[in-house]
Amino acid sequence: MFEYAPAPESRSVVDIRPSYGLFVDGTFVDPSDGGSFKSVNPASEEVLAEIAEAGGEDVDRAVRAARTAYEKVWGPMPGRDRAKYLFRIARIVQERSRELAVLESLDNGKPIRESRDVDLPLVAAHFFYYAGWADKLEHAGFGANPRPLGVAAQVIPWNFPLLMLAWKIAPALAAGNTVVLKPAETTPLTALLFAEICQQADLPAGVVNIVTGAGDTGRALVEHPGVDKVAFTGSTEVGRAIARAVAGTRKKLTLELGGKAANIVFDDAPVDQAVEGIVNGIFFNQGHVCCAGSRLLVQESVADEVLESLKRRMARLRVGDPLDKNTDVGAINSAEQLARIRELSEVGAAEGAQRWSPPCELPDRGFWFAPTIFTGVTQAHRIAREEIFGPVLSVLTFRTPAEAVEKANNTPYGLSAGIWTDKGSRILWTADRLRAGVVWANTFNKFDPTSPFGGYKESGYGREGGRHGLEGYLNV
Amino acid sequence: MSERVAVRKTYKLFIGGKFPRSESGRSYLVQDSNVSLASRKDARDAVVAARAAVKGWAGATAYNRGQILYRVAEMLEGRREQFVALGVPADEVDAAIDRWVWYAGWADKLAQVYGGANPVAGPYFNLSAPEPTGVVAVVAPEAPALLGLVSVIAPAIVTGNTVVVAASPAAPLAAVTLAEVLATSDLPGGVVNILTGKITETAPTLAAHMDVNAVDLTGVTDAELAVELEVKAAENLKRVLRPAPADHDWRSDPGLARMTTLLETKTVWHPKGV
Repeated sequence: MFEYAPAPESRSVVDIRPSYGLFVDGTFVDPSDGGSFKSVNPASEEVLAEIAEAGGEDVDRAVRAARTAYEKVWGPMPGRDRAKYLFRIARIVQERSRELAVLESLDNGKPIRESRDVDLPLVAAHFFYYAGWADKLEHAGFGANPRPLGVAAQVIPWNFPLLMLAWKIAPALAAGNTVVLKPAETTPLTALLFAEICQQADLPAGVVNIVTGAGDTGRALVEHPGVDKVAFTGSTEVGRAIARAVAGTRKKLTLELGGKAANIVFDDAPVDQAVEGIVNGIFFNQGHVCCAGSRLLVQESVADEVLESLKRRMARLRVGDPLDKNTDVGAINSAEQLARIRELSEVGAAEGAQRWSPPCELPDRGFWFAPTIFTGVTQAHRIAREEIFGPVLSVLTFRTPAEAVEKANNTPYGLSAGIWTDKGSRILWTADRLRAGVVWANTFNKFDPTSPFGGYKESGYGREGGRHGLEGYLNV
Repeated sequence: MSERVAVRKTYKLFIGGKFPRSESGRSYLVQDSNVSLASRKDARDAVVAARAAVKGWAGATAYNRGQILYRVAEMLEGRREQFVALGVPADEVDAAIDRWVWYAGWADKLAQVYGGANPVAGPYFNLSAPEPTGVVAVVAPEAPALLGLVSVIAPAIVTGNTVVVAASPAAPLAAVTLAEVLATSDLPGGVVNILTGKITETAPTLAAHMDVNAVDLTGVTDAELAVELEVKAAENLKRVLRPAPADHDWRSDPGLARMTTLLETKTVWHPKGV
């Protein structure tokens, strides 16, 4: 390992308040029952702030504020004016991007290199993209006069806190809806800073409401009779519960759930590029990525060569302080998630797969897990079937393209997949047969506001991003 | 001279391109004809047949699917008097045939309208295209007997899905007659499977079936049953088309939603370079 001096990004750019209320009807308010919880820095276990916990009454207040804003202000507003507010937000995000990136890394544990170079540029781009749709909806291919749905209830995960907020809020507002959004309980801070950005943009009160809390808050929001739309990103288990909860209602539902993506490496793939793609596929964002390439399917004839190169590359990954600009792999987001990763990894070893991690010094405090691969994995192993949501890769082999496709599709999930080969016709043949919503060929984990994202099968339904992303927020 | 004794028709189920009786051996009487009363086992058999047909039908070219659907319209036209004899108003038969032709034309156009290139901010080829979701279970509307049925089957299969249809219990004869049309139209066996009988018997099995990808609850009129079916569908996150409002005008422009709800969008990325 090369020796690098630490290159820490300064924390001074962020100003975290000791406590935060709920953002309802344009202002921060205390919760009606005064409940609260703490958000901690997963890299140090330091408490960052005290966060209000919204109860049923608070959720009700937020939904009513959103309804009033929808009926009185946002619904009647011409699209071109909605657009201008969204453009404003995009600009403020760009102007305050370093502050948001540092705050994201502090609260989430992801490397500053990723929050700075991936999350934040995509957040701004997402608002910028959907801003332009607000006054062009009649040209979006959903008929002559598509209408918004009303109040959108949105529940988002902790892995890309601000990016998931952007994916939810930007299309909802562009289409003319108002929103009540619940960020994840371990990563509420950037959403609360976003609330300040809404104030700074003079966004009319009630158009965006942010209610913080855990599962109970989310349930109260999703089940509230006053919402017309539910959008959820998170686990398949919770997604299922939400699908049951909205049964028989008018609520339109889109779900972006778990994944167990196959990353298929054929024998003619350029090994160095494929290895970079494998590393990016599973170790990007500590593997806390629903579309992570968590199953490596490598053609038997090149398996040894690919694995040797992969291990060499993994030994160069820098695990540690998320605010260090040299860091490749940051902290696991929570103690709970760390326990789940540990448990499944132990099951992997107990079921007979071979575990390997590079020598790697982990900090004493905080939640950490070394990049890990399992070889000798079969399709029956739990680590090949269940989403680990951590930096753990299961390696399987195949002999023929047909076998690769068969194994890739042998999962209830269908969010994403990767293909590595130099042969164009093989890429298209394979892509046609993979039951997955996003297929990355000779690349992985690429995202863009114009590109629809979402899954097949139990990875959920509906698409976020692009023209398709408007559909979930219109009455079409 | 005595009058000729008519040869009566037996109305049976339509599964995998064949016309079996219900494995349960049961029937019920509609318009003086015995009609098969499908069982839960028949529903499961129909799903197996529909699943087996997915690969060939979804893999067929869009042009081929369009031609086969158009062929169905030709056969419908030839049988219009039969439907009228069953009590379907002549103008409804016309509307059903026209609707089928309308959908047939979508086979090789929807991917262009609903998919396309995405201008991503980087050196990548990026294309989104719709694909069929797979097996769709459909509860057909109670009425209109033929136009309603055609309006739920055609949008599901034109894009490459296969269907298991629970026909209107009150109007099964038109459904079985439509099956006869489908059986003589080059439509591969199993692409459309039709169950006659009680919705309460077949629909819960279909909604809970783990090898079904989507449910179309258009014809469910009992609100409690609709909730039960949607809850069952959540188990493997089936795509859901909710019940149609009671006053739905089946002659209005159907739009694209019936097709697009039963589609998946696949987006493929590839770097550009030399």
